[in-house]
Amino acid sequence: MLASLCFARGPRMISPTIVRLGALSIFGRWRGALLFVLPLVLLGLSVLVRFLVGEDETGARNTLYGLGMVVIVPLIALLATSGLLAPEIDDGSISYLLAKPISRYTIIVSKLLVAAGCVLVFGAVPMLAAGLILLPGTPALGVGFAVGSLVGGLAYCAVFALLSVLTRHAVVIGLIYLLIWEGLLGGLLSGVRWLSVTRWSAELVDRIAGLSLVDNLSLPYAVIASGTVIVAGTWLTGRRLRAFNLTGDE
Amino acid sequence: MTEIRIDHVSRWYRNVVAVNDVSMTIGPGVTGLLGPNGAGKSTLIAMMSGFLSASTGTVTLDGEPLWRNEQIYRKLGLVPEREALFDYLTGRQFVVANAELHGLADPGAAAQRAIATIEMSDAQDRTISTYSKGMRQRIKMASALVHDPSVLLLDEPFNGMDPRQRIHLMELLRTMGADGRTVLFSSHILEEVEQVARQIEVMVAGRHAASGDFGAIRRLMTDRPSRFVLRTSGDRLLASALLAEPAVRGARLRSEGGIEVEASDFGRFSEVLPRLARDHGVRLHEVTPTDESLESVFSYLVSS
Repeated sequence: MLASLCFARGPRMISPTIVRLGALSIFGRWRGALLFVLPLVLLGLSVLVRFLVGEDETGARNTLYGLGMVVIVPLIALLATSGLLAPEIDDGSISYLLAKPISRYTIIVSKLLVAAGCVLVFGAVPMLAAGLILLPGTPALGVGFAVGSLVGGLAYCAVFALLSVLTRHAVVIGLIYLLIWEGLLGGLLSGVRWLSVTRWSAELVDRIAGLSLVDNLSLPYAVIASGTVIVAGTWLTGRRLRAFNLTGDE
Repeated sequence: MTEIRIDHVSRWYRNVVAVNDVSMTIGPGVTGLLGPNGAGKSTLIAMMSGFLSASTGTVTLDGEPLWRNEQIYRKLGLVPEREALFDYLTGRQFVVANAELHGLADPGAAAQRAIATIEMSDAQDRTISTYSKGMRQRIKMASALVHDPSVLLLDEPFNGMDPRQRIHLMELLRTMGADGRTVLFSSHILEEVEQVARQIEVMVAGRHAASGDFGAIRRLMTDRPSRFVLRTSGDRLLASALLAEPAVRGARLRSEGGIEVEASDFGRFSEVLPRLARDHGVRLHEVTPTDESLESVFSYLVSS
C-alpha cells in the first residue's frame, strides 16, 4: 500500500526495480539465512518460557523486551540494511544504480522499503506471535511489542543506512553502538532514554500494552524522536549518496 | 553533437595528486585514453562518469556538469573496470533491470537488443556468477548500451577478454564511433588503443602527456628502442637468430627461462619475430612488452 501511495505522487519516491533487486540481494546471501534464524530463536525461546513458567507476565515481558526488542529487532534492522547497501558499496556494483537518471533519494527510500519489509516480517510479526504464545489471554501485549518493534526497527534501519554510506565498517560500528549504547548504557543510565531508539519504542509498547518498561518518557517525545530519526536518517543518506565519491581500483 | 569537456581539472586524495591540471575535449568518434597503471586514467573516467568530484576545474557534458547531475545518465553509458555485478541475477535479468532503471518504455525489448549486440543471447539465462571474465565484460557492456546512449565510457574494457572477444568488442566500438557516438575507453596497451581509436589521449603520472591521432602517437613511441620478454620452446636458438637481425639491438637469456630482447625498431621487430620463429621451428608461448619498457615509453613521451 505504501508503494502504491508513493507511485501516485509526482516524482517517484520508489523504484520497483530497486525494491526487487534489493529483496533478491538479501536472500541471495548468507545474511538472508540469519534473518530467518533470529525470529526462530525468539519464537523457540517463547515456547520454552511458556512451557517452563506458564502464562507469566514478568517472564513474557522480559522475553519480549530483553531478547526481542533489545537484541533481535535491532539485529534484523542491522542485517537487512547493511546487507542492502554495504556489499554494493564495497564491491562497486552500486555504480549500476547510481549511473541512472534516478534521484538518490529514490534509491535510498526503495532500499529502506525492503529493509522495512524485513523488519515487519522478521521482527514485528514474530514479536506479535511470541506475545500470543507467552500470554494468549492478553493480545495487547503482542500488538504493543509488534508496533514498538516496527517503529523502532524503522528508526534503526535509517541509522544503519546512514552508517553504511559513511563508513566501510558499518556492521562493526552498528554492533558496537547496539551493544554499548542501546544495550549496556541504556540499561545502566536512565538518561540514555532520551537518545535511545529502543527506549522510544518501549514507550510505545508501554502505552499500547499498559506496561512500564521505561519511566519518565512521554509518548509524543517518543513518536517525534523516532519519526525524526527515520526522516533525517533517510534524507542524510540520500544526500551523502548524491555526493558519493566512487573510485575505481586505482 | 555530444562533447565531454575537461577544463583544468585536478583531483587529489589528501596529499596525493591523481590528476594534475588536465584539459581535454572528447568529441564524437572513438577516443583512447592511454597510460600506464596509476596514471590517473580511472580517476579521470570516474570524474567523467559523475562518480567523483574534481578538486579544481570542471567536467561537463554538452555544457552540463557531470557531478551531482543524475539526469546526465540518459545520455551516458558506463562500463566500469570493477568486475562486481549483481551475481545473483541472470544476464538477462541484469540488463532488463538496467533498462527499467533508465525508465525505458519496453525494457524487455531494449535488453534483448543490447544482449544481441554483444552476442550474449545464448548465455543470457545463466546466472552471472557462472560467467567468465569476458562474459562479465560483455554483459556490463550490454547494460551500458541498453538505453542507446550518445556517450559511452569504458574503463579498461579489454582486460580479461580472449582474442576473439577482443576483436568483437573492437569492431563494436568502431561501429559506435562511426555512428557518431562519443566513445572513450582507457587502456595501458598502445596496440589495443591504436587499433580502435581515432584520437588518442595519453596520461602519464596524472598529467595529460600527449594528444593526437594514432599516427602521431605511434611515431613518438616507435622511433625508439623497446623491450620484450619472450617465452619460447627454443630460447637459445631464437636468441641467436634474433641477434643477427638489424631490428634487434640485443638479446639476453634469462636465468629463469625466456629471452629478454631489446628491439631498435618496433615495427620491423614485430614482422621479423614470427618469421624467425617459424623458420627455426621455435614455438612462441608468450611475447610480453616488459613493464619497464612501457614505463620508458611513457617517460619518453613526457620528456619529448
